[in-house]
This record gives sequence, C-alpha cells and structure tokens, in this order.
Amino acid sequence: MSGVLRLDAATKEYPRTGVAVRDVSFEVQKGEFVFLTGASGSGKSTLLKMLSFAERPTRGEVKVSGFTSSTMRDADIPQLRRRLGIVFQDFRLLTDRTVEANIAFALEVTGAAKGTIGPRVGRLLTQVGLASKATSMPHELSGGEQQRVAIARALANDPFLLLADEPTGNLDERATRGIVQLLREINALGTAVVMATHDLSLIMRSGHRYLELERGELIYDGTDARRLARHQ
Amino acid sequence: MRLALREALLAFKRAPLLSVLGITTIAFSLFAFGLFGLVAINIREALRAVEDRVEVRAFLVDGTTEDALSAVLGDIGAFPEVREVGYVSPDSALARSREELAEFSDVFDASVLPGSIEIRLREGFRDPRSVQALSDRIATYPIVDDVRFGQEWVAKLYNVRTIAVFAGTGLGVVFALVAVLIIGSTIRMAVLARAREIEIMRLVGATNWFVRLPFLIEGLIKGALGGVLAVGMSWLAHTAVTRSLFETVFFTPSQIALGIVAGAALGFVGSLLSVGRHLRAAWRDA
Repeated sequence: MSGVLRLDAATKEYPRTGVAVRDVSFEVQKGEFVFLTGASGSGKSTLLKMLSFAERPTRGEVKVSGFTSSTMRDADIPQLRRRLGIVFQDFRLLTDRTVEANIAFALEVTGAAKGTIGPRVGRLLTQVGLASKATSMPHELSGGEQQRVAIARALANDPFLLLADEPTGNLDERATRGIVQLLREINALGTAVVMATHDLSLIMRSGHRYLELERGELIYDGTDARRLARHQ
Repeated sequence: MRLALREALLAFKRAPLLSVLGITTIAFSLFAFGLFGLVAINIREALRAVEDRVEVRAFLVDGTTEDALSAVLGDIGAFPEVREVGYVSPDSALARSREELAEFSDVFDASVLPGSIEIRLREGFRDPRSVQALSDRIATYPIVDDVRFGQEWVAKLYNVRTIAVFAGTGLGVVFALVAVLIIGSTIRMAVLARAREIEIMRLVGATNWFVRLPFLIEGLIKGALGGVLAVGMSWLAHTAVTRSLFETVFFTPSQIALGIVAGAALGFVGSLLSVGRHLRAAWRDA
C-alpha cells in the first residue's frame, strides 16, 4: 500500500483561541478506512480542514496526494478538492434544487462534459440507493437520505480520499448504520476514508484503525477496541 | 461560460425580489449620478452659449480706407483663434443700438458711432489670456483706435467655467464611488444569499474565476438594467423641468449608451470587490 496522506508534526494555532492541533503525525494508506475520534473541541474538525487545505498548518507539514501544505498555492487548492470527497454532519445541500441537480452541480462546476453528467448522476444515485429519489427536493428526504445525497455529491469526481466530518452526527441509529455501511462499500471500491466521529461504539464494531485526539494532541493511533470500551 | 451565464440568470429567477431590489437600488444611485450629469451638461451648455458671445471689438480710426480695412479683415480672419470676423459700419452700429436700446433710440446718431471690426472666437480660445493676446495683436494695426472685449466679464466667465469643471469632476467621482459602494452592497446581498452555493463550489473544486463569473455577470446585468432605469428616470426629470420651469437639454444617444455601459461597468466592479472579499473569507470556511 502507498500513502495518500501524511502529516508531519502538524500544528495549527489560531491567534485568538490558541493551539487547536499540536504536533500531529500520521499516515493513511491508499484504500484505508480510518476513524478520527475525540471529545468536542479535541481538534478533529481542524485536522480535517487541514486535510482539505481549508486550513494550513502553522508549523509542520500536511501532504495529500502530491500536494504539500508548505509549497502549495491557494490557486492549486481546487485541483486537490476535485480529487477529494468531503461530507459534513449538516449535509450542506442546495435546498432549492432536486437531488439529481445537487449531484450534477458538483460535476458542472468542475467542467464535466455535459453528455456525461446525466449518466454519472444516475450511477451515483444507484450507488447510494436513491435512484427513485432523483427528482425529490432535499426537504422531502429523511436525514439519512440527505446524507446519502451529500455522499453521492462527494463521489461525483471519483475521489481517492473521502473526508467525513461527523457524517452520522445528526442521524438516528438505523440511518447511522446505513451511512457507515455505504462508506464501507465506497472504501471497498478503493477510496480511502477518514471519518471523524465521537460515536465510540461505531469504531469498536468496525475493527478499523482509529486516531484519538485529546486537546489537539494525537494520543492514540491503532485498532485496540478494548481501549475504547474502557472509555465508555 | 454558458454555465456561469445560466447561474447568473437563475439568480434572477430564484430571488426575484432581491434582484428587483438590487436593480432598483442601482437605478436610484445611477439616477442621482444621472441628475448630476444632467445639471452638469446643462450648465456646460449654458456656459457654452454665453461663451459663444465672447467677442473682440476693434474700433477703427476715422478715415480708414476700404483697402486698409479689407487687408486687416483678411489678416485677422486668417488667425487660428478667429472663427468669424466682420466689419460693422457706423450705420449698422446705429441700427443695432436702436434695436437693442429702443428707449434711447433718439439719442443715437451715426456720426458719434465709429466703425468697428467684430471678431468671434473659436472654442478653446475664449479664455482671458487668449482673448487678451489677440486683442493686443489687433491693437497694433494702425487703423485700430481701441480694442474692447470686456476683460472682467471674460475673466469671471472663465472662473465660473473652471469652478464648474472642478466641482463637476469632483462630484462626479464622489457619485461614482457612492454608486460602486451601493452596487457592491447590493451584490454582496446576492453573494450572501448564495453563500451555500459558493461554499459547495469551493468544496468540490471550482476555481476562483468559476465562482466569481456568475456574480460578475449578474453585476454586469444588474448594472446595465439599473442604468437603463436611471436613464428613464432622468428623462422623466428632464421632461418635468422642461415643461414646468425652463428648457433643458437631455443626454445625447452616445451619452445614454455611455451611461448604460458605465452602469454595467460599475456593477462589474462592485461585484468584483464584493465577491473577492467574500471568497477570501470562504477559503477559511469551505
């Protein structure tokens, strides 16, 4: 396996609130599924922001695919974003557009050929199990379904890495299971997944590698589920 | 480009009220600019009409021969600053005086009025210095007894004109800046209304220019439509003043076209500033 992302002593410090992430180093391999956990304010979202280059580290370095935080220009960020998928807890859909228009939007703005958009959207909707909801508006969908639309949009440009920031945070248990299952299926097709969650039972059931943050520091990197059981 | 145009036009469809509000705001700010423009061109026209009356009059010595007179007339007529030169005989001067000052018509007598040369000047040579220089030159002809051009009047006229140009330019710049700020705020409202869309564009890898373009087109269209409305409102104001107060001149077709283009340009610049500011912030949020 080869690394798709790597952090070397990455630190993010804000002028007003201080250090959010301190000296964090880890690597994620191609096709790997990694959880990121920790209490609220532990630095999970900041870490994900650094991985999508929404934030640059104050010290240290972040490398995602061929892009390096210390040398990358802002103008290059769109090139990286086209190869990443990003989903959030609050879905972030365009509420005035249909499900298919939401997904098509991601393809249109990145310059996909017009003739390829419709079939691609159809395949993505089938992949996330929403083929019958193509013309629905987001408000007509359940939370789990809206998150599936967001995931389909994130997959539109065939990313090598999917970053998910608490994607099940707003969902009930059943919808959560469905979303995690979907992310596993995506991962099985070769896309690396980094998912932030504070749902420890989710991590324990999965058996995947997890990174635990505490006050911005990486305090654990491994697969020991028993350790988490002690936290619960 | 087609997608950017579609997104720009969709913005009007999705938020018609906001769009109408934006266009109206732009129209009123450009209308204020237009009113100022109307006042400026009418003052300029009035000054031009007054300036047109700037003339130099050279009174001739008694006994000037026709040969000498025609030689001087030909000479002066060839000066680059002279638009028109003519001889006013004592009889013509008498007729004109009686016509202009009818109540004193019996006082005038042709014998007291000398013959004179009347010189009208081209535009650009009606400032006090040019008029003085020309007068000095004309005064050197032996057949010329005296040269008059109303020095004080020309100086005052020129001062008024200078003040009008400076005040006009200054106010014009201020109005244009105000228009840019208002248009910028209007577009900023549109940008904020579509903040989610921008955020998603950034998220999936749209380039800066791709994000900007729909807003720039929107600003351009709103500015142009606001310009058209402002021209309409200015025309109504012009018509109302002409009907109820005094005759005024309106913009020429090329000035109208320039106004609409300026509206579009202000819309474009306002959008550029607003979107640029928003995008700088959006990088941190996306």
